[in-house]
Amino acid sequence: MLKYIIRRIIMMIPVMLGVTFVVFTMLYITPGDPAQTILGENATEETIAELREEMGLDRPFIIQYFDYVWKIVTKGDFGRSYTNQQPVINALIDRFPNTIILAVSSAAIAVILGLILGVVSAVKQYSIFDNFSMTLALIGLSMPNFWQGLLLMLLFSLKLGWFPVSGFTTWKHLILPALTVGTSSCAIIARMTRSSMLEVVRQDYVDSARAKGQKEYIVIIKHALRNAMIPIITAVGLQFGAMLGGSVITESVFSIPGIGKLMVDSIKARDYPSVQAGVLLIALSFCVVNLLVDLLYAATDPRMKSNIEGKA
Amino acid sequence: MKNDYILEIEDLTVKYITEDSIVSAVNNMSLKLERGNTLGFVGETGAGKTTTAKSIMRLLPEPPTKIESGKIIFNGENILEKSIKHMQSIRGNKISMIFQDPMTALNPVIPIIDQIAEVILLHQTKDRKAAYKRAEEMLEIVEIKKERGEEYPHQFSGGMKQRVVIAIALACTPDLLIADEPTTALDVTIQAQVLKLMHDIKESNNTSMIMITHDLGIVAEACDNVAVIYAGSIVEYGTKEDIFNSHAHPYTEGLFNCIPDLSKTESELIPIKGIMPDPSDLPTGCKFHPRCPYAVDRCSKEEPESKEISDGHMVKCFLEHRK
Repeated sequence: MLKYIIRRIIMMIPVMLGVTFVVFTMLYITPGDPAQTILGENATEETIAELREEMGLDRPFIIQYFDYVWKIVTKGDFGRSYTNQQPVINALIDRFPNTIILAVSSAAIAVILGLILGVVSAVKQYSIFDNFSMTLALIGLSMPNFWQGLLLMLLFSLKLGWFPVSGFTTWKHLILPALTVGTSSCAIIARMTRSSMLEVVRQDYVDSARAKGQKEYIVIIKHALRNAMIPIITAVGLQFGAMLGGSVITESVFSIPGIGKLMVDSIKARDYPSVQAGVLLIALSFCVVNLLVDLLYAATDPRMKSNIEGKA
Repeated sequence: MKNDYILEIEDLTVKYITEDSIVSAVNNMSLKLERGNTLGFVGETGAGKTTTAKSIMRLLPEPPTKIESGKIIFNGENILEKSIKHMQSIRGNKISMIFQDPMTALNPVIPIIDQIAEVILLHQTKDRKAAYKRAEEMLEIVEIKKERGEEYPHQFSGGMKQRVVIAIALACTPDLLIADEPTTALDVTIQAQVLKLMHDIKESNNTSMIMITHDLGIVAEACDNVAVIYAGSIVEYGTKEDIFNSHAHPYTEGLFNCIPDLSKTESELIPIKGIMPDPSDLPTGCKFHPRCPYAVDRCSKEEPESKEISDGHMVKCFLEHRK
């Protein structure tokens, strides 16, 4: 197992290199000159050229790229922000925890609620509960994030005054954004759980468990749900990975200083180093989440485990 | 003794009710099973054998299934009147079931020792250590090394899986074992092994058994009595000797004609013509009359009563062809 994890971590290296190359290239060919952006509209040609030379922007593309990667690998230096001259890594370290907190709480809401809705809907297929919760799931899935965020804000912050409107300091600030981000994931997980459970509850081994005299809720949780988990874990992994990339819209609506907002601001300001480092961080989170998902597969399904161990 | 029957089924009728049709899976079935005996359920696929078995376990999902009428008396009590909680104390403990396909009857994500210990923990002891010890014993009884208990079903062959299923079914030494085609999914050499194993364990515990099968060879080997089932009713019932040597129902005769007889040089297999009637649209009169070579007018109009043609040998036919 350890061998497999190490192998997977090594495999991330080429992926991350690929990401740096793509992002670097994209920003290189994007119109707009960072030196111009830093110095402003009134700068002379000369000062711009000077700054370009100082920043190394006059060198050939490939040299710039290798220089960038080299600095990251050897010094952990992701460059300095064009806007405030601080190392971009500081801004990321500053912002990423907020995004993680939001993602974890949204995912927790989505998983707990989604599993309950999905399992009960499957067990009581075509019941009122099933129809009701699947309609709810459809609504949750179709509602745009920003609109839902604004509605929640309108009701709970402005009308009822239960939660603050914006900012991100106490747990109270977390509830509404987490609900906003979690709703669509919850809907996806509920639907996935329902369909996966429907397939599993008809299997013979579920009847076998009943034939042993096992209580119905244990039959459902221990024997059925565990077998239905693989597609659910996949869905949760994808949702969580996306949440770690920052929920741009929700972060903007609730003014949360997270990665998503940082990325949007940096792109607007042509702050290339920040954008590059941000994309790298998001890609890395996705890789890590993917690895965790695969490890969870192995933990839930022994057939997957022998697959993984066979390959390692 | 009040009675020496472990199981009596009286007039059992089971229907599957769906939006477009009502399927009569079991029709007015009655039978008695003596303690310690093995009863064979013989019939084609779809005849209602498994439905009857699952009714005894109360494992049929309701809806769409509905037990319309009848009694299932197990150890003197009508289990159709019992609560689900009460049933849970009977299932796996007093009545066990071996499912048809060992490939799918075991939970793929749970080690087999846990699956055996589960049933012991439910009914016999709360002590985990004792339960796992008993589970290991069961593994050895079914001739699987106890060291393999930690492995998962996908690491076992079909025959071994069926032996694990048998170990689960017999772990609490039930009074009644229902084996639903326990050997159908296995190859012939393994079949004999599994049958012998079931026979040995049954003998040592004086377990009664219902053996569901469509294989008359297994009936000859394993059963004391035989119920031939067609379209949800028993058409002939008797001892193994009655059925093999002096069967009277045309359907039973048809079944035997489907087995090659090597003692006759020019024997030709005679299949029963036609197919099983659609259980949502059963024929009137005798259910078998459209396929019966001896059918007369009366067969399509009245349903024959079960009558005793010799001691304990019941036949549900007018037997016009014998007159």
